[in-house]
Amino acid sequence: MHKADKKRVVVIGGGAAGLEAAGQLARAGCIVTLLEKESETGGHVKNWYHLFPDIRNSDEVLKYLVRQADHGNITVRTGVTAGSLEKNGKSVIVKTSRGERIISDAVVLATGFDLFDSRRKEEYGYDIYHNVISSADLEVMFREGSVKRHDGEIPQRIGFVHCVGSRDSKVNNLYCSKLCCVTAVKQAMEIKKHIENARVYCFYMDMRMGGALYEELYKESQESYGIVYIRGKVSEVSDNIDSRLIVKVEDTLAGRPLRMELDMLVLMAGMEMSESGMRLAESSDLQTAENRFFAPADHHFGSNRSNMDGVFYAGTCTAPMNITDTISHARAVVADVTDYFRNINA
Amino acid sequence: MKFDPFVIPFNIGLFFILIYAVVRSIIWFRALSRPDKLRLQRGFFGRPFGQSLKEIFLESLIHRKIFKTNFLLGYMHMSLAFGWFLLILFGTIEADIFGDSHLNPPYKAIFFKYFNPVHGMTGIEAAYSFLMDLILAFILSGLLLAVIKRFYSRVVGMRKTTKLKTLDRIALTSLWMIFPSRLLAESFTSGAYGSGSFLTGSLGSSLASFLPAIEMAYPFWWLYSISLGTFFILLPLTRYMHIPTELFLIFARNSGIRTGDQPGAFMEMQIYSCSSCGICIDACQLNFSAGITNIQSAYLMKGLRNAEDVRDIASNCLMCGRCDIKCPVGIELTPVRMIARRSGDSEAGSKNGIWKKYFPERHPVAPEKQSHEPAYGWLPEAKVPKADVLYYAGCMTHLTPAVKNAMVKILDASGVNYDFIDRDGGVCCGRPLMLAGQDREARELINYNSQLIWKSGATTLVTSCPICYKVFRESYYLNVEVLHHTQFIRRLILKGSIRLSFLRKKVSYHTPSELGRRSGIYDDPKLVLMHVARFQKTGFDDENSLCCGGSLGNTRISHDQKNKIALDAVHELTKADPDILATACPLCKKTFAGVSDTPVADIAEIVAEALSLPVPPAGRKGKKILKHRETANID
Repeated sequence: MHKADKKRVVVIGGGAAGLEAAGQLARAGCIVTLLEKESETGGHVKNWYHLFPDIRNSDEVLKYLVRQADHGNITVRTGVTAGSLEKNGKSVIVKTSRGERIISDAVVLATGFDLFDSRRKEEYGYDIYHNVISSADLEVMFREGSVKRHDGEIPQRIGFVHCVGSRDSKVNNLYCSKLCCVTAVKQAMEIKKHIENARVYCFYMDMRMGGALYEELYKESQESYGIVYIRGKVSEVSDNIDSRLIVKVEDTLAGRPLRMELDMLVLMAGMEMSESGMRLAESSDLQTAENRFFAPADHHFGSNRSNMDGVFYAGTCTAPMNITDTISHARAVVADVTDYFRNINA
Repeated sequence: MKFDPFVIPFNIGLFFILIYAVVRSIIWFRALSRPDKLRLQRGFFGRPFGQSLKEIFLESLIHRKIFKTNFLLGYMHMSLAFGWFLLILFGTIEADIFGDSHLNPPYKAIFFKYFNPVHGMTGIEAAYSFLMDLILAFILSGLLLAVIKRFYSRVVGMRKTTKLKTLDRIALTSLWMIFPSRLLAESFTSGAYGSGSFLTGSLGSSLASFLPAIEMAYPFWWLYSISLGTFFILLPLTRYMHIPTELFLIFARNSGIRTGDQPGAFMEMQIYSCSSCGICIDACQLNFSAGITNIQSAYLMKGLRNAEDVRDIASNCLMCGRCDIKCPVGIELTPVRMIARRSGDSEAGSKNGIWKKYFPERHPVAPEKQSHEPAYGWLPEAKVPKADVLYYAGCMTHLTPAVKNAMVKILDASGVNYDFIDRDGGVCCGRPLMLAGQDREARELINYNSQLIWKSGATTLVTSCPICYKVFRESYYLNVEVLHHTQFIRRLILKGSIRLSFLRKKVSYHTPSELGRRSGIYDDPKLVLMHVARFQKTGFDDENSLCCGGSLGNTRISHDQKNKIALDAVHELTKADPDILATACPLCKKTFAGVSDTPVADIAEIVAEALSLPVPPAGRKGKKILKHRETANID
């Protein structure tokens, strides 16, 4: 008989990592309880429109993920938040927001990330000027099929600010969120698809095109879509009397300051450790790294293990990741969990 | 007995220090500017003289301010200073009354017991001896505290005490030796002759019971004299120079002399008046939040006194002014630091030669820049429409657009005829350049903005940023009234120009250093807040307010250290669990917003939220933001 057979596993978080991990664990014979704090599973993927690098519709990925978790061994419980974890001999007790104590043999944390709250960079004017939006807001606009200014006009000049809340010691986030660059490239191209004559500017520090097909996408955005990339950080945003945005930025390649009038500004919000993850880390003494994400037990061969026996990590609760890496990471956790069951039974 | 060779060290020391004090006073007086000389002369024949005597008594002897901060520390300083003073005063009287002649040389009083060993046996003499012993016991109790403080600073309630230089150490040792050696010398003499009161008498008789008292007494009289002599001779080279200097400083200050922004004799007096008591170290947030313990004002003063290179120390400071307020001597620490910053690359001179140490050269100033090319010649001609009120947001407010928008909303609602002069980005107020010591460049910007303000014909200038406010008030020559927006809003409320509803929110207020300690505006912000919300005290109000950590004044510390200061400050300010942490400075807001869980807002934002329907002034027309032409006097 398989060592993982009939073992009880609680997966906390019903986003990409949680759904994939739950599905794979169920297939390995575990009895899985999936806890999701919101009213339905799917996590951030629910809100995206198209996914890089192949501009696939995110609904396809969402459908796959939901199907993965549709298994006889999985109980999905939505609207439930995990409060803390407690070791009791070999088992781990998950205390929920509803006051329950779920006894399990192992716990997989897939608490994911929160988008950086752009209001913390007040100089960009998010939530102050109507036409300053976040990358997530833009995805919603794409999904609704209409990219419009607050006054209903179609924007003609659109700017993208990279690294909002990433690589910024002023907001205490020194790390790179990895995805915002390629997301901006993708969104800039989508804008051009929605608004033919739009002029699109990206204000970047570095273009970090590390993933498969990213560089190709970046090249295509310039050659086929005419996206203009300006190296420099936006210093401040204000509005004029016609509620156009005035953006001050330094073009560090040309070595001169720029002042541009734009119709809309998109802030590429970075990824931060989720608040629910942070609360769990605090209540259950789980170690976090300097960037506040969960610190894996080993950077090379223990990225799914935590400092607590029987508690594992999957996905972006350990670091910013794209969907491909998140799903791989979620699959990998199953190997660590079954390994763990084998060892405690031996 | 008239004389004994052991008094020679004391006499040498005493005459040396008296001559030195006179020479140094003359040097300082001559170095004062002409107006300051006049002030001092006028002060000498006027009220300041009496005030100074009172202050010298209360602060230099009793140490009232230190008592207020810390009782044990105050007692320590008082027993040493006031005790020693009493010992000299009553010693002189004693020698005059009970000695063999009147108007004795000082050593006759200081070593009275040696020359009058059988004094104090009966009646009034015994009572007087008792008094002298009491004073000595008083000093010794303070000395005990000082010794304990040196090794365990926490005993007297201090987190940190100052570190010492070698000369300070020798002077400190000789100071510590003075009173115990006096105690032993007097005790042995008393023991030998059967005189002395409760302290010297009883200690003396018990010592004399097993030791040869007369033979033992003599070396201790020598030790006592040598300790005094050494202390006096080293005094000008050590922190104890503060004892004579402080008297001069108090007198100069009461005569109306201030540091300003120029080095000179008054700045030197301030430097030498620092006793290194260490109170500034405990007050400093760089110390208790960021763990930086070597740059506090006591160390700056020490470095300046010893003509060391103080550039690193001078630059590593938030310039919040907390130490200025806490300094028991009232030294203008932040202005002195500003001058030390400006003196820039000055050579650390006067290190060689003992003579130079006693009479150091003037603290050098950075030479005037040779180039007179204007740095901002490219600025366009200043153009501005006519208006009654000018609103100048400043660069920091442009980085916190919510504050700027709130002010526009308030100004619109008030019906004031105003112009937003830096709406599309204006010219800097000049303060950052001044803080960096680039006065000439700053002057160019000041001239530009001044032209703009003159041309507008306005009577009032409103700023949102206290950093701009201070420079407009102090470094511009304007014929307009400069108001911070909290003052302006308060006037609008009093005049009834805006009507505000009461927000059911608890608000704690952070007093920005620039607005509070540096500009003296404490009440207007609080009164505005009380008008619109539930105002809560924080324990760090008014003069005791904290620095947010975002200060432009410090370019040496890391973001982590700034964040740590900000986090600690937010933690203290939100202890009463407010709904909003209010402030009145865009820089404070921005710094706190990055680390605070409690929402942070400028008072202008809170007022804008509380803004109910505007009061329609007669004949009001148009709604365009920049086009108000209605006149509404707001003063």
